[in-house]
Amino acid sequence: MIKFLIQRIIGMVVTMFFVSIMVFIIMELPPGDYADRWAFRKFSGTGTQITEADIDNIRAEFGLDRPAPERYLNWIGGIILHGDFGEAFSFQTSVNNVIGQKIGLTMAILFSTLVVTYLISIPVGMYAAIRRNSIEDYALTVFSYLGFALPNFLLALVLLYISITVFDSSVGGLFSPEYADAPWSVEKALDLFSHLIIPAIVLAWSATAFQLQTVRATMLDEINNLSVTAARARGVPEWKLLLKYPARLAINPVVSTVSFDANRIFSELPIVALVLGLPELGELLLKSYLDLDMFVAGAILLVLTFMIVFMNFLSDIALAILDPRVKLIEG
Amino acid sequence: MTTSNLPSTALQTPISQTESEEALRYYSATQLQLILWRFRKHHIAKLGAFILITLALVGLFAEFFAPYTGTTRISGAVLVSPQMPRFCNDDGCTLRPFLPGVTSERNPETLRMEVKIDPTIRREIKFFIQGEPYKLLGFIEMQTHLFGVDEGSVHLFGTDSLGRDIFTRILLATRTSLSIGILGVLISFVLALIIGGMAGYFGGWLDYVIQRLTEIVRVVPVIPLYMGLAAAFPTEWSSTQVYFAMTLILAVVGWPTLARRIRGKLLSLRGEDYVVAASLAGARPSRIIARHLLPAFMSYIIVDLVISFPYMLLSETALSFVGLGLRPPTISWGVLLQDAQTVRAIEQAPWLFIPAAFVVIAVLSFTVLGDGLRDAADPYQISG
Repeated sequence: MIKFLIQRIIGMVVTMFFVSIMVFIIMELPPGDYADRWAFRKFSGTGTQITEADIDNIRAEFGLDRPAPERYLNWIGGIILHGDFGEAFSFQTSVNNVIGQKIGLTMAILFSTLVVTYLISIPVGMYAAIRRNSIEDYALTVFSYLGFALPNFLLALVLLYISITVFDSSVGGLFSPEYADAPWSVEKALDLFSHLIIPAIVLAWSATAFQLQTVRATMLDEINNLSVTAARARGVPEWKLLLKYPARLAINPVVSTVSFDANRIFSELPIVALVLGLPELGELLLKSYLDLDMFVAGAILLVLTFMIVFMNFLSDIALAILDPRVKLIEG
Repeated sequence: MTTSNLPSTALQTPISQTESEEALRYYSATQLQLILWRFRKHHIAKLGAFILITLALVGLFAEFFAPYTGTTRISGAVLVSPQMPRFCNDDGCTLRPFLPGVTSERNPETLRMEVKIDPTIRREIKFFIQGEPYKLLGFIEMQTHLFGVDEGSVHLFGTDSLGRDIFTRILLATRTSLSIGILGVLISFVLALIIGGMAGYFGGWLDYVIQRLTEIVRVVPVIPLYMGLAAAFPTEWSSTQVYFAMTLILAVVGWPTLARRIRGKLLSLRGEDYVVAASLAGARPSRIIARHLLPAFMSYIIVDLVISFPYMLLSETALSFVGLGLRPPTISWGVLLQDAQTVRAIEQAPWLFIPAAFVVIAVLSFTVLGDGLRDAADPYQISG
């Protein structure tokens, strides 16, 4: 087990290393560099004359005149050694300040979405497999198709439209106006919880459709197993044998794809957050891309990816515990 | 699920004198024929194919099917609601469909232009009418539009806040969105076929690099990744440059996944008995690839292409929707949906949301078509 853990941790570090290189490339891609944009932000409209020499000075000050590998090492070194993600120039503060306060909310959204996804997809998928080829089963297949074809952000717009025209209330945001700036309290937490439901449903939409099919397919594979027939022959009650044999196995592919779901959710988060007005990392990522505030964007991309990689790590461990057939050491 | 298209007796008993013509036909059919027969049983997949072909044709000849051009602004027709042609009004019925008249006047209190629908006016729809000049397929100069009205204007899907006809713009957007997806899929396919094919057949460091690349692409959230690449477009780029850059990013992010699939397929096929037999019989690698491997996996690759298409379509829509993808004056489904970004806008003019229906229909069609093709691609497998 310890060998397995060490192997997985090394794998995680290697993946994050390659990801960090790619994130760095993305940060370097936009035309012009940080010094140009910094100077533009700081001095535009103030009447100060900026010359090329001034920008060169700024460049030297930030170490931007160094070659790319050295800048990469500085950047990643700062993150690993000091937990310092750099400066967020459009906010005039450090990246840590900007993203730190949003990580909690992002995690809250991620976990509530995952909970909604599994609460729906696991029981319903199993039900569809047991009642195979029934009307309910076909209805769920149609739903799965729609879950893929109707993008989450469009679903969010539809829900917003319905809630405004039919219920005359807005579902956007994460807090009611009276709690937005209030200090944390039980009421504020409850308020946050009630606002999390809509984003969670919207984000869980396609993940649920996908997992439903996975659960149904695995369940169908296992339901005709000899172990099930044998149990039935022994006179084990139907619901008990279903839970004991196929249902237990149908959970495994779900566990092994948790990181895949997290990836899907984070992928859709920026756009859904824009539509629903959620103040979390995805929305900030979109904003910083539009402002070309690449240190913030890079940091968020790294943080989101790290969460996914870490969840992959956790799900590997969970799967090794749940399913003894999984070989601990892969070749 | 589909039933196998071979007669049930064919599987159970060997061919005998009494065997029907049908069974003989089955045994002597080529693989392509088998695939076609099997595909023909998929009614939903056929429907999907039909819708997609229609969309493609309409997109290709968008200027002819549309009553206006994408940038025509009809004065006095701002945010007109969709007007469906009808045959009857209070004055009686005609065989020729007509539309109610649309006028706009300034509201004396709010000072905003307000659209009035006048059901007593009949604006008859004329077919093959002469309208604004355009170039069909980019080079045939024409003036004929499929339909239009002599006086007033025709807006099947309403107009936007600048008085542009949404029906027209959706048709033009169909072309952009579908073509960007097709180009993106094709570029990533060529990349994937070359690199994945080499990795699958020869292995080595290339194989290792592709494994790492797909791992990264699999682990980083896709749309934020696209956004990061799209954010790098210089603002001074023309819309054509942005268009091609978009196809490139779709392809760049898309190819590793496809390459991995091709590699995996090649690896599994390499161990098949008939491939081993061919190489034992002295066939050269080039002959094995061309005669044995390519025909065996081509159908899978086509299925993969069809399946990866909706991802491209959805990504383009999502990126353009938030303003990081295509930009006006380019018209795509995502660009059109930008107008429907806020609830206020949709509340005021729900018809701005119509492009979303096209996105959903196109993606659904591709998905069912892909499913049908996947079943058909393996005609020897009997699915239950």
